[in-house]
Amino acid sequence: MAAASVYSSPGFDFSNQIRNNFLAGKGLPLPKATSTGTTIVGCIFEDGVILGADTRATEGPIVADKNCEKIHYLTESIRCCGAGTAADTEFVTNLISSNMEMHALTHGRKPRVVTAMTMLKQYLFQHQGQVGAALVLGGVDATGPNLFTIAPHGSTDKLPYVTMGSGSLAAMAVFESTWQPNMSRADALQLVKDAISAGIFNDLGSGSNVDACIITATHTEMLRNVEMPNERVQKERTYVFPKGTTAWKKEDIKKLVLTEEITPLAVEAMDTT
Amino acid sequence: MPDMVTLSRSSAPGQPQQRQFNPYTENGGTILAISGADFSVVAGDTRQSEGYSIQTRYAPKVFRLTDKAVLAVNGFAADGNMFVKQVRQRLEWYRHAHAKDMPLRAIARLIQTMLYARRFFPYYVYNILGGIEEDGSGAVYSFDPVGSYERESCRAAGAAQSLVQPFLDNQIYFKNQVPQPGRPHPKHLPLTTVIQLVIDSFTSATERHIEVGDGLEMYIVLAKGSPLHGLESIDGVQEMTATNEGERIFIIRRNLKRD
Repeated sequence: MAAASVYSSPGFDFSNQIRNNFLAGKGLPLPKATSTGTTIVGCIFEDGVILGADTRATEGPIVADKNCEKIHYLTESIRCCGAGTAADTEFVTNLISSNMEMHALTHGRKPRVVTAMTMLKQYLFQHQGQVGAALVLGGVDATGPNLFTIAPHGSTDKLPYVTMGSGSLAAMAVFESTWQPNMSRADALQLVKDAISAGIFNDLGSGSNVDACIITATHTEMLRNVEMPNERVQKERTYVFPKGTTAWKKEDIKKLVLTEEITPLAVEAMDTT
Repeated sequence: MPDMVTLSRSSAPGQPQQRQFNPYTENGGTILAISGADFSVVAGDTRQSEGYSIQTRYAPKVFRLTDKAVLAVNGFAADGNMFVKQVRQRLEWYRHAHAKDMPLRAIARLIQTMLYARRFFPYYVYNILGGIEEDGSGAVYSFDPVGSYERESCRAAGAAQSLVQPFLDNQIYFKNQVPQPGRPHPKHLPLTTVIQLVIDSFTSATERHIEVGDGLEMYIVLAKGSPLHGLESIDGVQEMTATNEGERIFIIRRNLKRD
C-alpha cells in the first residue's frame, strides 16, 4: 500500500473551524441543529435495567416532534437513550450498533455493555464534544446489569440510577427521594415513569409521552408510550375549506393521454376470401 | 434572572473597566384580542416561565381596567405588572377628577404616552387593549414597547405570535380565502365563533410552543344594551361587571396542557 502523501490525523478534522468562525463573524452562522431538550433516565433493579425517556424534540422554543423515539437499539440486550443534538444521537448509536454486531460476530458471543460504553466514549472524545450526544447506556450482559452515562466530551459515570438532558434535575429529584437498592420490576418501572413525568411537567424542553425499556438477562421489553398524559383535547371548530377557496393565477391543463392519428399509405382491398 | 456581567479585558490598575447590567428577562406566554361588532375578547395563557423552567402555572396576563376596558400585557412580567398598576392608578385619578370611567380611545392614548415616557429605559412589554368604544363598537388597540399603537380588530402577541397571528389573519380577516360566488365574507364574526377560535388558538399554540400552556383566561366585554350572544350557554362563564354603566364584562377560564 502506498503511503499517504499528506498527514491526516485520526478523528475529527477541525481545519474548517477557523473558516467557520470567520464566516460567523461576518454574520453567517452555522445552521442550528434540532436539539432534543430532553429527559432521559436509567435505573438498575433486582434483575436488570430500566431505561426511560420523554418524546418531545425541540428547535429552540418550537416543538419539532411531539412523539419521537429517544431509546435507541444497540444490541438485543443493550439500549441507549440519547439527549442533545438529535442527528448526533441517532448516528452515533447507529454506528456503535453496527460495530457491536460486528464485534459479536467476530467473537462469537454476546457483547458487553462496557464494550459499547468504551466505543461510544472513544468516538465522542475523538470528536472533542463536536458530536453533541449525551447518552444513558444500559443493558444486561455476562457480568450482570450495567448502567452508564456518557457526556458529549466522552466522560462516563457508572451509577445505579442516572438522568440526563435538560430535565435531568427534575428526574434526579425523584430518584433521590424514592430510589432504593434491589427494587422490584414493578416498583422500578413506576419510579422511572415518575422520574420522566417530573421532567415532562417541570422542564419546558421535555414533554408529551413516556417511553420505557425493561432489559433483563433473558428478555428485552420496549414499552413505547407506556404513559400518554398529554393527549390533545378536541378542537372547538372543524377547519374545512370549501372547494375553490384557493386563488389561482393561470390554468394550464396538460393532455396526459396521447392520441395518434394513423394515415394508411396504400388502401388495400378488404380480404374477403 | 437579571444578571450582572463584568467585562474586564485587563485587570491592570488604572485601566478602564466595563460593567454591564441587564435588568430585563423574557417570561414567555402569549396574549391575543379580537373585536366584534358590539363585543371584544381579550385572552392570555397563565404560564410564566424563564428559560426551560416554569416560574408559576398561574400568573394572569389579562387585567380588567374598567367595565369597558381590558388590558393584556406580555413580555417581561415584572414590567408588565408594574405597568398595569400604574395605568390603573391613572384611571383612578381620572375617575376622581371627572366622576366617570375614561373612554377606551383615551386609555389607548394614555398608554402611548406612558410607554413613550420611558423611551430610553422601556417597559419590556407588548400591550393589547380591548374593550368598547364610546360609540358602542368593539375595539382592539395593540402597542409596541415604546408606544407606537394602532386600532385593529385582531392581534396576537408574545411567544407564539408567529404561530397564532397567521391563523387569525386567515380565520378573522379571511386572508388567502376566495369567497364562494354570491357569499361574501362576513365583516364581523359572532361571539361564539370568536370564542371557539380563541380556544383553538391557545390549544394549538400549546401543542407547538414550549412556553405556552397551563391555563387560559378569556375576558369578554359586551357593549351597552348588547344581548348575551349565546354566552350564557358556555360553561364556566363568570360575570365581572363592577358598575352599572351598561357595559358588561365576563371571564371564561380553561385548562391547557401542563407539559
